[in-house]
Amino acid sequence: MALFTINNVIISGISACVPKNEELNSDYNLLTENEKNLLIKTTGIERRRIAQNNTTTSDLCYTSAVALLKKLNWDSSEIDLIIFVSQSPDYYLPATSILLQDRLKLPKTAMAFDINLGCSGYVYGLSVISSLMATAKIKKALLLSGDVSSFSINKKDKSAYPLFGDAGTATALSYKEGCEPIHYNLQSDGGGYEAIIITDGGVRNPINKDSFEETEIEKGITRSKINLKLEGMDIFNFSLREVAPNINNLLSFANKEINSFDFFVMHQANKLMNESIRKKLKIDAEKVPYSLDKYGNTSSASIPLTIVSELKEKLKGEKKNLIISGFGVGLSWASALICTENLICTQVLEYE
Amino acid sequence: MMTLEEFVKNVELEIDDLPPGTLTAEINYRDLETWSSMYALIIIAYVDSTFSVMLTGEDLRNCNTVKDLYNLINSRL
Repeated sequence: MALFTINNVIISGISACVPKNEELNSDYNLLTENEKNLLIKTTGIERRRIAQNNTTTSDLCYTSAVALLKKLNWDSSEIDLIIFVSQSPDYYLPATSILLQDRLKLPKTAMAFDINLGCSGYVYGLSVISSLMATAKIKKALLLSGDVSSFSINKKDKSAYPLFGDAGTATALSYKEGCEPIHYNLQSDGGGYEAIIITDGGVRNPINKDSFEETEIEKGITRSKINLKLEGMDIFNFSLREVAPNINNLLSFANKEINSFDFFVMHQANKLMNESIRKKLKIDAEKVPYSLDKYGNTSSASIPLTIVSELKEKLKGEKKNLIISGFGVGLSWASALICTENLICTQVLEYE
Repeated sequence: MMTLEEFVKNVELEIDDLPPGTLTAEINYRDLETWSSMYALIIIAYVDSTFSVMLTGEDLRNCNTVKDLYNLINSRL
Protein backbone atom coordinates (compact mmCIF):
# COMPACT_ATOMS: atom_id res chain seq x y z
CA MET A 1 0.00 0.00 0.00
CA ALA A 2 1.20 3.47 -0.80
CA LEU A 3 0.31 4.82 2.64
CA PHE A 4 3.23 6.80 4.03
CA THR A 5 4.45 9.81 5.95
CA ILE A 6 6.98 12.41 4.87
CA ASN A 7 8.76 14.54 7.44
CA ASN A 8 10.59 17.84 7.32
CA VAL A 9 8.95 19.24 4.21
CA ILE A 10 6.56 22.19 4.26
CA ILE A 11 4.55 24.04 1.62
CA SER A 12 5.82 27.61 1.71
CA GLY A 13 3.60 29.16 -0.93
CA ILE A 14 1.12 28.60 -3.75
CA SER A 15 0.30 30.58 -6.85
CA ALA A 16 -2.26 30.10 -9.62
CA CYS A 17 -2.77 31.55 -13.08
CA VAL A 18 -5.77 31.32 -15.41
CA PRO A 19 -6.34 32.68 -18.92
CA LYS A 20 -8.10 36.03 -18.91
CA ASN A 21 -10.60 34.80 -21.51
CA GLU A 22 -13.80 33.55 -19.91
CA GLU A 23 -16.65 31.43 -21.29
CA LEU A 24 -20.06 31.12 -19.67
CA ASN A 25 -22.05 27.91 -19.57
CA SER A 26 -25.17 30.01 -20.01
CA ASP A 27 -23.83 30.80 -23.51
CA TYR A 28 -23.22 27.16 -24.46
CA ASN A 29 -25.88 26.86 -27.11
CA LEU A 30 -25.59 23.17 -27.87
CA LEU A 31 -27.90 22.88 -24.86
CA THR A 32 -31.46 24.13 -24.46
CA GLU A 33 -32.14 26.76 -21.78
CA ASN A 34 -33.50 24.02 -19.57
CA GLU A 35 -30.47 21.79 -20.11
CA LYS A 36 -28.12 24.70 -19.39
CA ASN A 37 -29.83 25.40 -16.09
CA LEU A 38 -29.75 21.75 -15.10
CA LEU A 39 -26.07 21.49 -16.05
CA ILE A 40 -25.14 24.56 -14.04
CA LYS A 41 -27.19 23.39 -11.07
CA THR A 42 -25.88 19.80 -11.09
CA THR A 43 -22.23 20.38 -11.92
CA GLY A 44 -21.98 23.75 -10.19
CA ILE A 45 -19.97 25.11 -13.12
CA GLU A 46 -21.06 28.57 -14.29
CA ARG A 47 -17.99 29.78 -16.12
CA ARG A 48 -14.56 28.67 -17.21
CA ARG A 49 -11.33 30.23 -18.39
CA ILE A 50 -10.19 29.11 -21.81
CA ALA A 51 -6.66 29.59 -23.14
CA GLN A 52 -6.23 31.48 -26.40
CA ASN A 53 -3.41 32.21 -28.84
CA ASN A 54 -1.68 28.87 -28.26
CA THR A 55 -1.16 29.56 -24.58
CA THR A 56 0.22 26.41 -23.03
CA THR A 57 0.07 24.94 -19.54
CA SER A 58 3.74 25.81 -19.12
CA ASP A 59 2.97 29.48 -19.88
CA LEU A 60 0.39 29.52 -17.08
CA CYS A 61 2.70 27.65 -14.70
CA TYR A 62 5.64 29.88 -15.59
CA THR A 63 3.62 33.00 -14.80
CA SER A 64 2.54 31.48 -11.48
CA ALA A 65 6.10 30.50 -10.60
CA VAL A 66 7.59 33.92 -11.34
CA ALA A 67 5.00 35.65 -9.18
CA LEU A 68 5.42 33.13 -6.39
CA LEU A 69 9.22 33.32 -6.31
CA LYS A 70 8.94 37.10 -6.14
CA LYS A 71 6.42 37.04 -3.32
CA LEU A 72 8.50 34.54 -1.34
CA ASN A 73 11.66 36.46 -2.06
CA TRP A 74 13.35 33.35 -3.37
CA ASP A 75 16.07 33.49 -5.96
CA SER A 76 15.82 30.97 -8.86
CA SER A 77 19.39 29.93 -8.09
CA GLU A 78 18.17 28.41 -4.82
CA ILE A 79 15.81 25.88 -6.47
CA ASP A 80 17.26 22.37 -6.73
CA LEU A 81 14.20 20.50 -7.98
CA ILE A 82 11.33 21.24 -10.34
CA ILE A 83 8.51 18.86 -11.24
CA PHE A 84 5.86 19.62 -13.87
CA VAL A 85 2.57 17.71 -13.63
CA SER A 86 0.38 17.89 -16.72
CA GLN A 87 -1.27 15.97 -19.53
CA SER A 88 -0.91 18.90 -21.92
CA PRO A 89 2.88 19.28 -22.13
CA ASP A 90 4.53 21.67 -24.59
CA TYR A 91 6.05 18.80 -26.59
CA TYR A 92 5.73 15.04 -26.79
CA LEU A 93 9.41 15.30 -25.85
CA PRO A 94 11.54 16.78 -24.29
CA ALA A 95 9.89 17.09 -20.89
CA THR A 96 8.36 20.50 -20.21
CA SER A 97 9.89 20.73 -16.72
CA ILE A 98 13.31 21.02 -18.34
CA LEU A 99 12.15 23.85 -20.58
CA LEU A 100 10.86 25.53 -17.45
CA GLN A 101 14.22 24.99 -15.70
CA ASP A 102 15.71 27.11 -18.44
CA ARG A 103 12.91 29.65 -18.65
CA LEU A 104 12.90 30.21 -14.91
CA LYS A 105 16.70 30.44 -14.89
CA LEU A 106 17.09 27.61 -12.41
CA PRO A 107 20.64 26.32 -11.99
CA LYS A 108 21.85 23.45 -14.17
CA THR A 109 22.40 21.57 -10.93
CA ALA A 110 18.62 21.37 -10.52
CA MET A 111 16.72 18.12 -11.10
CA ALA A 112 13.77 18.41 -13.49
CA PHE A 113 11.16 15.93 -14.76
CA ASP A 114 7.48 15.60 -15.69
CA ILE A 115 4.66 13.54 -14.24
CA ASN A 116 1.88 12.49 -16.62
CA LEU A 117 -1.24 12.60 -14.45
CA GLY A 118 -4.42 14.68 -14.36
CA CYS A 119 -6.99 14.90 -11.59
CA SER A 120 -4.82 13.00 -9.07
CA GLY A 121 -1.70 14.81 -10.27
CA TYR A 122 -1.34 17.45 -7.58
CA VAL A 123 -1.41 15.01 -4.68
CA TYR A 124 0.77 12.52 -6.56
CA GLY A 125 3.11 15.39 -7.44
CA LEU A 126 3.32 16.50 -3.81
CA SER A 127 4.06 12.95 -2.69
CA VAL A 128 6.93 12.63 -5.16
CA ILE A 129 8.46 16.05 -4.61
CA SER A 130 8.23 15.89 -0.82
CA SER A 131 9.68 12.37 -0.77
CA LEU A 132 12.66 13.46 -2.85
CA MET A 133 13.18 16.53 -0.72
CA ALA A 134 13.04 14.56 2.53
CA THR A 135 15.39 11.83 1.30
CA ALA A 136 17.90 14.09 -0.40
CA LYS A 137 17.52 17.03 1.98
CA ILE A 138 16.68 19.31 -0.95
CA LYS A 139 16.13 22.78 0.48
CA LYS A 140 13.80 24.42 -2.03
CA ALA A 141 11.66 22.96 -4.79
CA LEU A 142 8.88 23.91 -7.18
CA LEU A 143 5.87 21.80 -8.13
CA LEU A 144 4.10 23.15 -11.20
CA SER A 145 0.78 21.60 -12.14
CA GLY A 146 -2.12 22.22 -14.51
CA ASP A 147 -3.65 21.61 -17.90
CA VAL A 148 -5.10 23.38 -20.91
CA SER A 149 -7.83 20.74 -21.26
CA SER A 150 -9.70 22.96 -23.71
CA PHE A 151 -7.02 22.05 -26.23
CA SER A 152 -8.33 18.49 -26.55
CA ILE A 153 -12.05 18.80 -26.06
CA ASN A 154 -14.43 19.14 -28.98
CA LYS A 155 -16.71 22.19 -28.64
CA LYS A 156 -19.52 20.02 -29.97
CA ASP A 157 -19.27 17.53 -27.12
CA LYS A 158 -21.86 18.58 -24.55
CA SER A 159 -20.77 15.79 -22.18
CA ALA A 160 -17.31 17.29 -21.76
CA TYR A 161 -16.88 20.80 -23.17
CA PRO A 162 -18.85 22.72 -20.52
CA LEU A 163 -16.97 21.00 -17.68
CA PHE A 164 -13.34 21.92 -18.14
CA GLY A 165 -11.33 25.08 -17.66
CA ASP A 166 -7.64 25.89 -18.10
CA ALA A 167 -5.18 26.77 -15.35
CA GLY A 168 -1.56 26.46 -14.26
CA THR A 169 -0.23 26.63 -10.70
CA ALA A 170 3.03 26.73 -8.79
CA THR A 171 3.71 25.36 -5.31
CA ALA A 172 6.92 26.19 -3.48
CA LEU A 173 8.19 23.71 -0.91
CA SER A 174 10.96 24.00 1.68
CA TYR A 175 12.94 21.55 3.74
CA LYS A 176 12.26 22.44 7.37
CA GLU A 177 13.37 20.15 10.19
CA GLY A 178 10.64 19.41 12.69
CA CYS A 179 7.68 20.77 10.76
CA GLU A 180 4.39 18.87 10.75
CA PRO A 181 4.56 15.70 8.64
CA ILE A 182 2.53 15.08 5.50
CA HIS A 183 0.62 11.77 5.22
CA TYR A 184 -0.31 10.24 1.86
CA ASN A 185 -2.52 7.50 0.47
CA LEU A 186 -2.14 6.91 -3.28
CA GLN A 187 -3.95 4.41 -5.47
CA SER A 188 -4.48 3.28 -9.05
CA ASP A 189 -6.82 1.18 -11.19
CA GLY A 190 -5.93 0.80 -14.85
CA GLY A 191 -9.05 -1.28 -15.39
CA GLY A 192 -10.85 2.03 -15.67
CA TYR A 193 -8.51 3.51 -18.26
CA GLU A 194 -11.28 4.13 -20.77
CA ALA A 195 -13.29 6.37 -18.47
CA ILE A 196 -11.28 9.43 -19.52
CA ILE A 197 -9.12 8.97 -22.59
CA ILE A 198 -7.75 10.50 -25.79
CA THR A 199 -7.46 7.35 -27.89
CA ASP A 200 -5.25 8.40 -30.80
CA GLY A 201 -1.88 10.14 -30.87
CA GLY A 202 0.21 7.91 -28.65
CA VAL A 203 2.07 4.82 -29.76
CA ARG A 204 -0.84 2.42 -29.16
CA ASN A 205 -3.04 4.14 -31.78
CA PRO A 206 -0.73 6.32 -33.87
CA ILE A 207 -2.17 9.38 -35.58
CA ASN A 208 -3.64 8.57 -38.99
CA LYS A 209 -6.07 10.39 -41.24
CA ASP A 210 -9.07 8.73 -39.55
CA SER A 211 -7.99 10.20 -36.23
CA PHE A 212 -9.34 13.58 -37.24
CA GLU A 213 -12.73 12.37 -38.42
CA GLU A 214 -15.55 13.67 -36.28
CA THR A 215 -18.32 11.24 -35.38
CA GLU A 216 -21.68 12.04 -33.86
CA ILE A 217 -21.83 9.64 -30.92
CA GLU A 218 -25.34 10.80 -30.06
CA LYS A 219 -27.21 14.09 -30.37
CA GLY A 220 -25.05 16.83 -28.93
CA ILE A 221 -21.94 14.67 -28.63
CA THR A 222 -19.56 14.91 -31.58
CA ARG A 223 -15.86 14.17 -31.34
CA SER A 224 -12.86 12.64 -33.05
CA LYS A 225 -10.28 10.16 -31.79
CA ILE A 226 -7.91 12.94 -30.86
CA ASN A 227 -10.54 14.55 -28.66
CA LEU A 228 -11.00 13.76 -24.99
CA LYS A 229 -13.64 11.14 -24.31
CA LEU A 230 -15.27 11.34 -20.88
CA GLU A 231 -17.62 8.64 -19.59
CA GLY A 232 -19.22 10.78 -16.91
CA MET A 233 -21.21 8.05 -15.25
CA ASP A 234 -18.23 5.73 -14.86
CA ILE A 235 -16.14 8.45 -13.25
CA PHE A 236 -19.07 9.41 -11.05
CA ASN A 237 -19.45 5.82 -9.82
CA PHE A 238 -15.71 5.42 -9.30
CA SER A 239 -15.47 8.62 -7.24
CA LEU A 240 -18.45 7.72 -5.06
CA ARG A 241 -16.96 4.30 -4.47
CA GLU A 242 -13.28 5.00 -3.87
CA VAL A 243 -12.60 8.50 -2.54
CA ALA A 244 -14.17 8.28 0.91
CA PRO A 245 -12.54 4.90 1.76
CA ASN A 246 -9.17 6.22 0.60
CA ILE A 247 -9.49 9.18 2.97
CA ASN A 248 -10.79 7.06 5.85
CA ASN A 249 -7.87 4.65 5.47
CA LEU A 250 -5.47 7.59 5.47
CA LEU A 251 -7.00 9.02 8.63
CA SER A 252 -6.69 5.62 10.36
CA PHE A 253 -3.10 5.30 9.25
CA ALA A 254 -2.22 8.75 10.54
CA ASN A 255 -4.28 8.25 13.70
CA LYS A 256 -6.32 11.36 13.09
CA GLU A 257 -10.00 12.24 13.48
CA ILE A 258 -11.80 13.87 10.58
CA ASN A 259 -13.12 16.61 12.88
CA SER A 260 -9.62 17.81 13.62
CA PHE A 261 -9.30 19.18 10.09
CA ASP A 262 -10.06 22.77 9.18
CA PHE A 263 -10.57 22.37 5.45
CA PHE A 264 -11.19 19.66 2.90
CA VAL A 265 -10.09 20.61 -0.59
CA MET A 266 -11.25 18.18 -3.25
CA HIS A 267 -10.39 18.05 -6.89
CA GLN A 268 -13.05 20.24 -8.52
CA ALA A 269 -14.93 18.05 -10.97
CA ASN A 270 -18.65 18.12 -10.34
CA LYS A 271 -20.51 19.69 -7.45
CA LEU A 272 -23.05 16.86 -7.11
CA MET A 273 -20.22 14.34 -6.94
CA ASN A 274 -18.15 16.37 -4.49
CA GLU A 275 -21.14 17.06 -2.26
CA SER A 276 -21.92 13.32 -2.21
CA ILE A 277 -18.36 12.63 -1.07
CA ARG A 278 -18.52 15.42 1.53
CA LYS A 279 -21.73 13.94 2.95
CA LYS A 280 -20.26 10.41 3.03
CA LEU A 281 -17.38 11.74 5.10
CA LYS A 282 -19.76 13.78 7.27
CA ILE A 283 -17.79 17.00 6.81
CA ASP A 284 -19.50 20.37 7.36
CA ALA A 285 -20.12 22.43 4.26
CA GLU A 286 -18.19 25.45 5.52
CA LYS A 287 -15.00 23.38 5.62
CA VAL A 288 -15.29 22.54 1.91
CA PRO A 289 -14.41 25.38 -0.48
CA TYR A 290 -15.31 25.34 -4.18
CA SER A 291 -13.76 27.14 -7.12
CA LEU A 292 -15.79 25.04 -9.58
CA ASP A 293 -18.31 27.77 -10.24
CA LYS A 294 -15.67 30.18 -11.54
CA TYR A 295 -13.11 27.92 -13.17
CA GLY A 296 -14.66 24.50 -13.88
CA ASN A 297 -12.58 21.33 -13.74
CA THR A 298 -8.95 22.45 -13.98
CA SER A 299 -7.35 19.01 -13.69
CA SER A 300 -4.18 18.94 -11.54
CA ALA A 301 -4.51 22.69 -10.96
CA SER A 302 -7.85 22.42 -9.21
CA ILE A 303 -6.65 21.80 -5.65
CA PRO A 304 -3.98 24.56 -5.56
CA LEU A 305 -6.26 26.93 -7.51
CA THR A 306 -9.04 26.40 -4.97
CA ILE A 307 -6.62 27.04 -2.12
CA VAL A 308 -5.45 30.30 -3.73
CA SER A 309 -8.88 31.55 -4.75
CA GLU A 310 -10.83 30.50 -1.64
CA LEU A 311 -8.42 30.03 1.30
CA LYS A 312 -5.69 32.62 0.78
CA GLU A 313 -6.69 34.75 3.76
CA LYS A 314 -7.61 31.82 6.00
CA LEU A 315 -4.25 30.08 5.63
CA LYS A 316 -1.88 33.01 5.95
CA GLY A 317 -1.55 32.83 9.72
CA GLU A 318 -1.44 30.08 12.31
CA LYS A 319 -1.32 26.35 11.63
CA LYS A 320 -4.24 24.87 9.74
CA ASN A 321 -4.88 21.21 8.92
CA LEU A 322 -6.14 20.26 5.50
CA ILE A 323 -7.29 17.11 3.78
CA ILE A 324 -6.68 17.27 0.03
CA SER A 325 -7.93 14.66 -2.43
CA GLY A 326 -7.58 14.25 -6.19
CA PHE A 327 -9.33 11.55 -8.24
CA GLY A 328 -10.03 10.74 -11.87
CA VAL A 329 -8.20 9.97 -15.08
CA GLY A 330 -6.24 6.72 -15.01
CA LEU A 331 -8.05 5.74 -12.93
CA SER A 332 -5.85 7.33 -10.32
CA TRP A 333 -6.64 8.77 -6.92
CA ALA A 334 -4.78 10.10 -3.91
CA SER A 335 -5.30 11.99 -0.68
CA ALA A 336 -2.98 13.79 1.69
CA LEU A 337 -3.14 15.29 5.15
CA ILE A 338 -1.18 18.53 5.15
CA CYS A 339 -0.51 21.22 7.68
CA THR A 340 -0.03 24.80 6.54
CA GLU A 341 1.56 27.59 8.55
CA ASN A 342 1.96 31.17 7.34
CA LEU A 343 1.14 29.96 3.84
CA ILE A 344 1.91 32.63 1.26
CA CYS A 345 -0.47 32.78 -1.69
CA THR A 346 -0.58 35.20 -4.57
CA GLN A 347 -3.87 36.40 -6.07
CA VAL A 348 -5.27 34.30 -8.88
CA LEU A 349 -3.28 35.70 -11.77
CA GLU A 350 -4.66 36.27 -15.27
CA TYR A 351 -2.80 35.56 -18.48
CA GLU A 352 -3.48 37.14 -21.82
CA MET B 1 -37.45 0.86 3.37
CA MET B 2 -39.62 3.61 1.90
CA THR B 3 -42.59 2.67 -0.27
CA LEU B 4 -42.47 2.74 -4.06
CA GLU B 5 -44.73 5.77 -4.00
CA GLU B 6 -42.40 7.66 -1.68
CA PHE B 7 -39.39 6.62 -3.80
CA VAL B 8 -40.97 7.94 -7.00
CA LYS B 9 -41.85 11.23 -5.29
CA ASN B 10 -38.36 11.61 -3.77
CA VAL B 11 -36.60 10.91 -7.06
CA GLU B 12 -38.76 13.53 -8.78
CA LEU B 13 -37.91 16.03 -6.02
CA GLU B 14 -34.18 15.31 -6.30
CA ILE B 15 -34.21 15.84 -10.05
CA ASP B 16 -36.05 19.11 -9.42
CA ASP B 17 -36.60 19.66 -13.11
CA LEU B 18 -40.00 18.07 -13.74
CA PRO B 19 -43.54 19.38 -13.16
CA PRO B 20 -44.81 17.47 -10.07
CA GLY B 21 -46.48 14.20 -11.00
CA THR B 22 -44.63 13.78 -14.30
CA LEU B 23 -42.57 10.93 -12.94
CA THR B 24 -44.53 7.75 -12.28
CA ALA B 25 -43.47 4.24 -11.26
CA GLU B 26 -44.41 2.77 -14.60
CA ILE B 27 -43.21 5.09 -17.35
CA ASN B 28 -39.98 4.40 -19.16
CA TYR B 29 -37.77 7.15 -17.73
CA ARG B 30 -35.70 7.37 -20.91
CA ASP B 31 -38.87 8.46 -22.70
CA LEU B 32 -39.11 11.60 -20.59
CA GLU B 33 -38.70 14.57 -22.89
CA THR B 34 -36.03 16.11 -20.68
CA TRP B 35 -34.22 12.87 -19.78
CA SER B 36 -30.46 13.33 -19.85
CA SER B 37 -27.43 11.77 -18.23
CA MET B 38 -27.71 14.56 -15.64
CA TYR B 39 -30.86 12.86 -14.36
CA ALA B 40 -28.96 9.57 -14.19
CA LEU B 41 -26.20 11.17 -12.09
CA ILE B 42 -28.73 12.75 -9.75
CA ILE B 43 -30.48 9.39 -9.28
CA ILE B 44 -27.18 7.57 -8.68
CA ALA B 45 -26.14 10.15 -6.06
CA TYR B 46 -29.54 10.09 -4.35
CA VAL B 47 -29.68 6.29 -4.16
CA ASP B 48 -26.10 6.12 -2.87
CA SER B 49 -26.62 8.63 -0.10
CA THR B 50 -30.10 7.38 0.90
CA PHE B 51 -29.66 3.59 0.68
CA SER B 52 -25.86 3.16 0.45
CA VAL B 53 -26.51 1.27 -2.78
CA MET B 54 -24.31 2.10 -5.74
CA LEU B 55 -26.19 2.05 -9.04
CA THR B 56 -24.05 2.05 -12.17
CA GLY B 57 -24.66 3.41 -15.64
CA GLU B 58 -25.15 -0.24 -16.63
CA ASP B 59 -27.94 -0.63 -14.04
CA LEU B 60 -29.73 2.42 -15.38
CA ARG B 61 -29.43 1.07 -18.91
CA ASN B 62 -30.82 -2.32 -17.85
CA CYS B 63 -33.78 -0.85 -16.00
CA ASN B 64 -36.62 0.94 -17.73
CA THR B 65 -38.97 2.22 -15.06
CA VAL B 66 -38.59 3.78 -11.62
CA LYS B 67 -40.28 0.64 -10.32
CA ASP B 68 -37.43 -1.42 -11.85
CA LEU B 69 -34.93 0.77 -10.03
CA TYR B 70 -36.85 0.43 -6.76
CA ASN B 71 -36.83 -3.36 -7.05
CA LEU B 72 -33.15 -3.41 -7.94
CA ILE B 73 -32.28 -1.29 -4.90
CA ASN B 74 -34.34 -3.58 -2.67
CA SER B 75 -32.49 -6.61 -3.97
CA ARG B 76 -29.17 -4.99 -3.00
CA LEU B 77 -30.07 -3.88 0.52
